[in-house]
Amino acid sequence: MSHHDVVVVGTGLAGLAAAVRLAEAGARVLVLAKGIGATHLSGGTVDVLGYAPERVERPADALGAFLAARPGHPYNHVGGDGIRTALAWLEDRVANGSLAPYAYLGSLDENLLLPTAIGVPRPSAFVPATMAGGDLRRGGAGGDVVVVGFRALKDFHPALMADALGRSGIGVSARSVELDLVPEGRADVNALGFARAFDVPAFRGQVVAQVAARGLGAEDRVAFPAVLGIADPHGAWTGLEHGLGRRVFEVPTLPPSVPGMRLFAILREALRRAGGTVLLNNVVVGAEREGPRVSALRVRVGLREERRGADWVVLATGGFASGGLELDSRWAARETALGLPVTGVPAAGDERFRSGYFDDHPIARAGVAVDRELRPLDSAGDPVLENVLVAGATLAGAEPWKEKSGDGLSLSTGHRAAELVLAASTTAADPHAAAARI
Amino acid sequence: MAAHDGDVLGTLLMRESLDHCVKCTICETFCPVSNVTPLFPGPKYVGPQAERFRVGDEPSADASLDYCSGCGICTQVCPQGVHIAEINTQARAHLKATNGVPLRDRILARPTLAGRLGTPVAPVANWTLRNRALRRLAEQTIGIHHRAPMPRFAGRTFQRWARRHTALASERRVAFFHGCGTNYYEPRLGEMTVALLEHSGIGVDVPKQDCCGLPLQSNGLFDDARAYVHRLAERLAPHARAGVDIVGTSTSCTLMLKREALEILELGDDPALRAVSERVFDICEYLLALHERGELNTDFQPLAETVTYHAPCQQQGHGIGKPAMELMALIPELEVIESDATCCGVAGTYGLKREKYDIAMDVGAGLFRQVADNGSDRAVCDSETCRWQIEHATGVKTVHPVEMLHRASGLA
Repeated sequence: MSHHDVVVVGTGLAGLAAAVRLAEAGARVLVLAKGIGATHLSGGTVDVLGYAPERVERPADALGAFLAARPGHPYNHVGGDGIRTALAWLEDRVANGSLAPYAYLGSLDENLLLPTAIGVPRPSAFVPATMAGGDLRRGGAGGDVVVVGFRALKDFHPALMADALGRSGIGVSARSVELDLVPEGRADVNALGFARAFDVPAFRGQVVAQVAARGLGAEDRVAFPAVLGIADPHGAWTGLEHGLGRRVFEVPTLPPSVPGMRLFAILREALRRAGGTVLLNNVVVGAEREGPRVSALRVRVGLREERRGADWVVLATGGFASGGLELDSRWAARETALGLPVTGVPAAGDERFRSGYFDDHPIARAGVAVDRELRPLDSAGDPVLENVLVAGATLAGAEPWKEKSGDGLSLSTGHRAAELVLAASTTAADPHAAAARI
Repeated sequence: MAAHDGDVLGTLLMRESLDHCVKCTICETFCPVSNVTPLFPGPKYVGPQAERFRVGDEPSADASLDYCSGCGICTQVCPQGVHIAEINTQARAHLKATNGVPLRDRILARPTLAGRLGTPVAPVANWTLRNRALRRLAEQTIGIHHRAPMPRFAGRTFQRWARRHTALASERRVAFFHGCGTNYYEPRLGEMTVALLEHSGIGVDVPKQDCCGLPLQSNGLFDDARAYVHRLAERLAPHARAGVDIVGTSTSCTLMLKREALEILELGDDPALRAVSERVFDICEYLLALHERGELNTDFQPLAETVTYHAPCQQQGHGIGKPAMELMALIPELEVIESDATCCGVAGTYGLKREKYDIAMDVGAGLFRQVADNGSDRAVCDSETCRWQIEHATGVKTVHPVEMLHRASGLA
């Protein structure tokens, strides 16, 4: 049986943030995951708090009242300072990461207002620099937004986006350009196929020539689907800005999300450099306990069950969509890895859903409740395990799709879990944990 | 170590797993083949999607399926547990049963036959395989690409060496599943493995054995593959049932015994195979577990050199990470540069075929560039066909991790 200082379960943003932070501090870290996490499906922005429930302009100012009204919300365990610390940490990881000078910008102080692929303004606190030029807070700022799309890219429709932006009532005029360029040697081109093409200067040159031929106003800015490079995104983005002589910005697309893949690649490579290990197709199905502590995880690998010893476990397996939580047809909920208590599931006979899509659905906040140390709690509010910390979408108490808080929660609770493990390890006499000292 | 609860082969049945596909497209972003050729539209398209249109004995609508190399990376990355590669392998067998299996694939799928025929006449066979005119002829007649990396016959077999070798008398024993590659082409690797295990006080038994059937499975010849793997399992099962672990140096063949034959060939009812499956280990997986128990002799001498390590995709299919990296880290002064490439392209016999050779070379281009750029005079890789492909593409001598450990143990 192997033994690690920390086993992180899950390889989405929460799990990777925890794993990288711990490994870089010197801990022996093993990441176990069923497969690749949700980074590939996310827009690559870190939305901290977009709606509370009105649109939030300054998350730092809105957070206090927001949390006071929601005592069970996981941000209560992190706090504004914890979120700031996590954002600053990620900003540094990206700026010094494998895709540098590709960078993130933004803070808790103000939300940018970025257009989505269907032309709706979306508040977001911390975003790739390649997207920041889309900020709509000052309206059109003199010129048009020119939305460029590609006929072969089925997941992004420039006319739809331009039309909706023009009707959004924020004083932006927009028009669309659709190009017939298809990356060479591609049959069915998705976002990644285009991103690989944009890594090649010759392809960018063709794009620049065709967009310029349609005529750009002096003050126009140019929106592209977020496919501007995967190996060299900074080079692709600056290359287009230079070639067109205009501000260029990316707009997140449907999955597969290229900005999400970039974020995954940066964190995965940072983990590798720090000596952390990732094992895929390793499904945690239970734990061996010694009193209130987990001593080893039971892991299904292929047709076998293995044991993986750990001093600490950070559980970041996601929510219902990722299989971290499961709900059966009789409304019995379970946390799939360790069988932790799930709170917030409406009882039989109680209302579960409301009629409107964006209504306050009673099931929406279901998840694993934790204390301030992110330790899972039972229904009486007592910790059930001492050395297990829960992070990310598994946590109870949030409605990330309504609040626009999902990536912010994953990043900040994942980072916080790592900080808690490191803090506990510096005071423990445990020989394994000693390695985890900063 | 234990087999997971008996329901694994039931609830996770290959085809049924496709109902878990949420079309997230993560598999397509990792597929090394669809990234370099439009001939293969990607694992999601030909796997969970097209599978819904394959009904009973109706002809398969998508011949593009044959361009899947079977590397298995799609299954590894799937967040929903869909057995994409396994579904595709089963569907490919169905496609080939309908359209017919070319003579070329029948030959490539039988390494034992080639080994038996080639070994006694190794000089002639090796000359033939390296004669350009004959290779051109072979490409035109049966479709094996004239530049494809064919291994050299050693002219002797590992089995013959093992019969003459006096096994170490020890309470601690393993059975060695050496596979066809070690037997006919790299017998020295088998000898080094035995020496390395004995160096840690482990006696090695070498049962009589034959091919595991993996190349037959990959080429869609499922009935023959079942016969081969069953015969092999019968030979290895007495060791497993006696509580002896089985180790193998051919990482794709140990995966076949551990998991793939049960899943893809649906041999869950074969008691011999079930017994073997629970006891078989990739050699580096086994050595690392020995080390974790404090039973590996790690009295290594320094090796002051730099090597590039590539973890083959089928080794990654074990779900064991990169044990070779952890083992080589125990060797003083050895600098190991880890490749971040996913696949060398050859995928067993895929890259040997006329219509797929260029695709395989394009798939491996990133790896070949890293091996060349690192400037090391050696590369390390756990899989034999991958080693031959890397050597072919880069000219850099490529060895099994066991060879590094063997040298560091002062056994060379």
